[in-house]
This record gives sequence, structure tokens and C-alpha cells, in this order.
Amino acid sequence: MVEFIKSPWPWYVVGPIMGLTVPLLLLIGNKHFGISSSLRHVCAIVLPANLKFFNYNWRREVWNLIFVLGVILGAVIATQFMNNGQPVAVGATTHAQLAGYGITDNEYAQLLPASIFGISQIFTWKGVFFLMIGGFMVGFGTRYAGGCTTGHSITGMANLQLPSFIATLCFMAGGFITTVVVIPYLFEWFGK
Amino acid sequence: MENLQNKYSVDENVVTWDHAAVAEKTLKPTNGESTGKVAGYLLAGILFGIILVKGEIISWYRIQEMFLLDSFHMYGIIGSAVFVAAIGIQIIKSTKTKTFDGQPIIFYKKIFSWGQIIGGTMFGLGWALTGACPGPLYAQFGSGFMAAGVSLFFAIAGTWFYGLLRDKLPH
Repeated sequence: MVEFIKSPWPWYVVGPIMGLTVPLLLLIGNKHFGISSSLRHVCAIVLPANLKFFNYNWRREVWNLIFVLGVILGAVIATQFMNNGQPVAVGATTHAQLAGYGITDNEYAQLLPASIFGISQIFTWKGVFFLMIGGFMVGFGTRYAGGCTTGHSITGMANLQLPSFIATLCFMAGGFITTVVVIPYLFEWFGK
Repeated sequence: MENLQNKYSVDENVVTWDHAAVAEKTLKPTNGESTGKVAGYLLAGILFGIILVKGEIISWYRIQEMFLLDSFHMYGIIGSAVFVAAIGIQIIKSTKTKTFDGQPIIFYKKIFSWGQIIGGTMFGLGWALTGACPGPLYAQFGSGFMAAGVSLFFAIAGTWFYGLLRDKLPH
């Protein structure tokens, strides 16, 4: 049992627990599961700047910030106490592709490659693209789309909302473009 | 908010992409959250954070693998999550289950917006770069990757710039 808890969990354990979050939040307080809204509440609290979009009663939405605080705590718990240091076992095609980006085998001991997400990479071109531009597009894009993978892809699709299916298809399309076209091009450029 | 009035009808429990604005109009005012609810949201968040890490959903490697169609892992997670959530929603709807404190549960209808296409694609482009959607951004940070704090900061900045440019964008 301890061994199972410390190993990476299979999709058929993780997915259903994730799905149960939706009815759980509805039962606790009529809350519709979505995480990207928390980014908006942070803006509304910290820098509303007289913009209409941030001028609302964010105190009603505090539950969302409590939830993401829990997400951070949960990640701390899982990483510190429920981890056996087993490397991430990706498929062979992925492994070969990433080796071409200079990602070495020992980097798989962590969930993110140090050669891209290490602190020393923040102020390099890798940091500019993978952290800054990537983060900006996640924030701008999810708010423009009205939700992210939780609000649209899980809650929205589970409630059979057509706009959420459209949004999810576009999330996937963007991800394929970046992975198949943009990232290989970036590494070719970094290498020069 | 005024210019959004024609985008949704509060009477029919219809909501668009502007959840906070509509929640303000549809849900009964509360005098803050009770301690029990706060504990509930926090525990639900902790559980979610744990599965994001244990399922390796916060892993940039897993996101690359998903978009290279090299593993069923992420598709299995999203598919089974939607399936279980859909059953939960159907049970709540058909049995008219109320919240733990006896309020009727309200569902919203989402309305099409060009944002779902333009913003959705933009998010997807960023998702494969950071290896994280918003939930995993928080969890990457909690998992000890300080650089994810930079992604998170820029995600907040991106949200702010959307708020700034919103009236000029097609919806």
C-alpha cells in the first residue's frame, strides 16, 4: 500500500478522483469547478486599475483562492511525503524527441527538465519562451476562452456544453502546434 | 459589466464566459463562507493538488508525450474525469440533490464566443510550452519548481492584459 502511494498513480485512479471534484464542489457550496478564474481574482484584488473586467465583488469568489491554496499545499504534500523518486517513464518516441533537445536521462528524476525549468534558466531565451511567453499565453488565452482544462474540458464537457467542446478542441490544436512545430524550431534556434 | 447584459440571461440561469459577473446576480448573497465550507474547499484543493502530482499531470514530459500521441495516460485521465463528472452531474440533476447546507444546485449554460476559438488556441500554444494549465501552474510551484513562479506571474499578467484589451477583442 505504501509502495502504491509512493509510486506514480495510473490514469484510472487519477482521472475518476479528478472527476469527483466536480460534484464535490457543487455539493459543498454550489461552486463550478474552474481554476483559471483564480488568476482573475488575483488581478481584481491586487491591481484592478479601474478596469471593468476586474471591478466585481471578488470576496464572493474567495472559495476559488482557498481551493488553489489547497492545490499548492497538496503538491507540497505529494512531493515531500508521497514520492519514491521514480523517474518519469515517457514513451520511446517522446524520449527520443526530447533527447534531440538535449534533455538527458537523469533529468527524468524530476517532473520537469532542469535544463528548461531550472532556476538558472529563468533569464535565458528558454526562460523567455517556456516560462514568460508560455505563462502569458496561458493566462490571456484561458480568460479569453472563458475557462481552462478544468472549467471547460472537465466541468463544461461533463455538463455537455457545446462551447466547452469547441474550446477543448482549440486547446488541443494549440498544444499540437507548439509541440510538433514551435518547440523543435525553438531548439534548433537555441542550438545555433 | 453593463455591456455584457445582452450576452446572458440571468433569469434562465444562463451564463457566458463571465462567471463572476453572473454569479453575483444569480446566487443569494452570503455573509462570507462558513468555516466548514472553507475547510471543504481547502481539502478539495489539497486532494486535487495531490492527484496533479501523483498522476504526473504537472510534468512537462507528460504534456509533450500527450501532444506527440505517444501515450494514453493523459487522454485516459481527462476522459475518465469527464465521464465520472458527467455521471455526478446527471445524478445531481435527476435527483435534484441539494448542497450540504440545503441550497438548490444551479447549472449554467455556456454561450458561444469567439474567445473559445482564439483564446482557446492561444492557451493551447502556451500549455505545451509551460507544460501546465492553470491548476498545474500552482502545483508545479508547490512541487518545488521555483521557475514555475515566473510562469504563474506571467499567467496573471496575461489575464490582466486580457482585462485591459477585452473591449477591443472579438467575442
